[in-house]
Amino acid sequence: MTSSHDRLIYMANQIGWFFRSQGHAHAVSGIADHIHKFWDPRMRKAIFAHLDAGGAGLDPNVREALESLKTA
Amino acid sequence: MSLIQETDFGTPRSKSETMVTLTIDGQSVTVPEGTSIMRAAMEAGTQIPKLCATDMVDAFGSCRLCLVEIEGRAGTPASCTTPAMNGLVVHTQNDRLKKLRKGVMELYISDHPLDCLTCAANGDCELQDMAGAVGLRDVRYGYEGENHVFAKSSGTPNAAWMPKDESNPYFTYDPSKCIVCSRCVRACEEVQGTFALTISGRGFDSRVSPGMSESFLGSECVSCGACVQACPTATLTEKSVIEIGQPEHSAVTTCAYCGVGCTFKAEMRGEEVVRMVPYKDGKANRGHSCVKGRFAWGYTNHKERILNPMIRNKITDPWREVSWDEAFDYAASEFKRIQAKYGRDSVGGITSSRCTNEETYLVQKLIRAGFGNNNVDTCARVCHSPTGYGLSATFGTSAGTQDFDSVEETDVVMIIGANPASAHPVFASRLKKRLRQGAKLIVVDPRRTEMVESPHVKALHLPLMPGTNVAVLTALAHVIVTEGLVDEAFVRERCDWSEFEEWATFVADPKNSPEATAIMTGVDPKALREAARQFATGGNGAIYYGLGVTEHSQGTTTVIAIANLAMATGNIGRPGVGVNPLRGQNNVQGSCDMGSFPHELPGYRHIAGDAVREQFEAMWNVKLNPEPGLRIPNMFDAAIEGTFMGIYVQGEDILQSDPNTKHVVAALSSMECVVVHDLFLNETANYAHVFLPGSTFLEKDGTFTNAERRIQRVRKVVSPRNGLADWEVTIRLAKAMGLDMPYNHPSEIMDEIAALTPTFAGVSFAKLDELGSVQWPCNEKAPEGTPVMHIGGFVRGKGKFIITEYIPTDERTGPRYPLLLTTGRILSQYNVGAQTRRTENVVWHSEDMLEIHPHDAEQRGVRDGDWVRLKSRAGETTLRAEITDRVAPGVVYTTFHHPDTQANVITTDYSDWATNCPEYKVTAVQISPSNGPSEWQKAYDEQARHSRRIAPVVEAAE
Repeated sequence: MTSSHDRLIYMANQIGWFFRSQGHAHAVSGIADHIHKFWDPRMRKAIFAHLDAGGAGLDPNVREALESLKTA
Repeated sequence: MSLIQETDFGTPRSKSETMVTLTIDGQSVTVPEGTSIMRAAMEAGTQIPKLCATDMVDAFGSCRLCLVEIEGRAGTPASCTTPAMNGLVVHTQNDRLKKLRKGVMELYISDHPLDCLTCAANGDCELQDMAGAVGLRDVRYGYEGENHVFAKSSGTPNAAWMPKDESNPYFTYDPSKCIVCSRCVRACEEVQGTFALTISGRGFDSRVSPGMSESFLGSECVSCGACVQACPTATLTEKSVIEIGQPEHSAVTTCAYCGVGCTFKAEMRGEEVVRMVPYKDGKANRGHSCVKGRFAWGYTNHKERILNPMIRNKITDPWREVSWDEAFDYAASEFKRIQAKYGRDSVGGITSSRCTNEETYLVQKLIRAGFGNNNVDTCARVCHSPTGYGLSATFGTSAGTQDFDSVEETDVVMIIGANPASAHPVFASRLKKRLRQGAKLIVVDPRRTEMVESPHVKALHLPLMPGTNVAVLTALAHVIVTEGLVDEAFVRERCDWSEFEEWATFVADPKNSPEATAIMTGVDPKALREAARQFATGGNGAIYYGLGVTEHSQGTTTVIAIANLAMATGNIGRPGVGVNPLRGQNNVQGSCDMGSFPHELPGYRHIAGDAVREQFEAMWNVKLNPEPGLRIPNMFDAAIEGTFMGIYVQGEDILQSDPNTKHVVAALSSMECVVVHDLFLNETANYAHVFLPGSTFLEKDGTFTNAERRIQRVRKVVSPRNGLADWEVTIRLAKAMGLDMPYNHPSEIMDEIAALTPTFAGVSFAKLDELGSVQWPCNEKAPEGTPVMHIGGFVRGKGKFIITEYIPTDERTGPRYPLLLTTGRILSQYNVGAQTRRTENVVWHSEDMLEIHPHDAEQRGVRDGDWVRLKSRAGETTLRAEITDRVAPGVVYTTFHHPDTQANVITTDYSDWATNCPEYKVTAVQISPSNGPSEWQKAYDEQARHSRRIAPVVEAAE
């Protein structure tokens, strides 16, 4: 993890790993809720920008969660 | 103000609920069964003369001074060892007793120096008091016979005389004044549990002996001070009393070291502290103390303490001493300039877990209301943030469930990732007392800590590989579920049953069994199964845990796993059980309660909640930002990116205490205004532009909240040496920023907290003065506070089981970094050492050492005491090696108390998934022999020396 950008992707995936054993629907809503509650707006903005740019490196549940959060 | 005198009842309180009534000196007395006659008499106001008895330890019956007569019984029994019984008629004073007592005292005094006038205990000597009480006027035996008092008798050396032992930095042992009452020996055994002292020899040869006739410093003594407190004479005396004299007034206050929150009497002469003595009515410590709280307060007067505000434009400039006003104006103008240039969210602050609740509350208020954002965080981020998240998710409150008294009713204790003997010593003593009564102990820790084996304590130890907590806890749950040991009635009544079933199915999966996970955890499956059975079936089971749980990538998951385990075994909601985080700093609990986290207002309520936010807006008369702010690691990232440029840090040394020092240095160097508010020029101050001198806990009023949720008063006994208490500094800084916070006293701040926070609704300084302390929640439903939580049901409603899948950290060993480094604390030092390194405590620990297993050391050609290079993916440092099998092969360990070692140069920026609490406890490293400090250490040292220069004040010419 060299840059803050990479760290953000890693942090999002880490959240995803915790929720993955709770089933898909739970996981996606859990990840979205967590990021919404605990990430400062500039962090959310940065991860959304990354998502828009293809979202490389994001796990599928995380990607889905971010998409739902972005449109919410 | 006068000296607070505590009544010594002579023997401990009986807990029996059966009462007995007897007559003492014609007066009817009713006491609990098991109470001694001595104590019963004292409760009725009659002090029977005594020397060997004191209510901190069990009766011993050796001094023969407390004799009484009981009608219908022969002889003169000792009142300390004779229990009160229904119908007894006791006489404490008559001719026969007077004569006997006088005879006993005469013998004592015949072998005791008569230097009372120049003795350190003059005015505070029980021997002197008793000689007076029994009316001793003459010693018929003279003083020339065989004695322990004089170095020489008639010109020849006296073999029975022993010189003073002054080896301990804080107290002396003068054997010539000893009356061999054994109070010190018993205090060491019964109160502290170290068993460092004994009585050697018999009869006239009996002597108090540390270890095998060693010096106090050379023995196992941990310098807790219990023996000094127990000593009735000047045999064991604080050096400060010897130097200064007896105190004349005192105030009850709370220790500013660890999260146990011991209550002390600060005993004073004028504004000079004479000594700190643990207070028997303190509900956390019950009259006990450790070497830090009892003795290590000398830092408050240390010459390196900064007493004047200072500023500088660049961190390469020397500091310039300025007036308070100039410092506040400069800091405020910088913050305003930065916000104008980089936006409102470009500044923030860090509250301190060492400061009071009131001070913490003010800092978060300054940031939310004055800076207009929520970029506030606290040092709890790097220690117990996962506790808040994990316990809130499962139980509904971000705090431990019990009080410390609860341990007295525990049958099986499980300690996970904590070493209370070093980090929470007074709790460890209370726990050991319970273990000596027969409670069982399970220790889950990579290292064989002092808790695993100590006198009369032998734990079932599960030495796991660092980073595998979740796997071990899930394996424990696996055994409990698959062997049918779940407390089903509890779970059905108190928890969500379908969530439990899902969880049970998950943990029962064979992949989570002790046998399947042993390859990762390194824990013997048989021992693990035994531990699970013990915990589930051994009676009241309580879990105590520390930073070995939280400071991991899966810190929060582990806290959740602990909560699951407690719920599955029905160990929640009554005395003797529970989940108990041991908090590192004195006010970690309080700083979290006070809204120090960027996403929540005081009382753990999310900032996005309109109703709560509007209450604060109305009270503060300002619009608040509803978005969560940055957490500490996020602040560092944002600083490096250029969006976070100014910070106010109260009482935390983020540079030394946060992981990956190089990253922190880069972040701090990027900021344009770093304001450090501290006692000393700490490591963070090397990168600061404004230094605001802080005040110590002796110099201000307020409250701390300990690990039991206990809110206790901190009382000012000395005027702030820097001129302003910390809460006053924050108010003045806020004023310079344009935010008016008109409080005249910290009690007014607490009133505001109580008005805004439902769990604090009943808290006020008046109530604390009246009750001594209260545990939150304290409100209409619980006006005197809540010692045990979740009685009859969980705060969140139904207890929530959450699946805890083990996900190994990405910080892994490999060919280049084959060992795992884990970190911890030592008894004599506290945290980053800023306070304790500036006391005599350095005699016990003057440098951080690297513990390494003999096998790993031999492979690398490292001998005991050698300098070694410790290298990780993040950085490298050097320190000296200590070869020990306390650590397993493949694991190395060090403490982090000294800035010149910089253990955090090594630690990485991996962090907990939920809270970003850093993963301090697992770092892959390599060790190799070394000749001395690394390049980084040399450069760092140079920068630090350069940065700490203070420009001389130039006096204007006449």
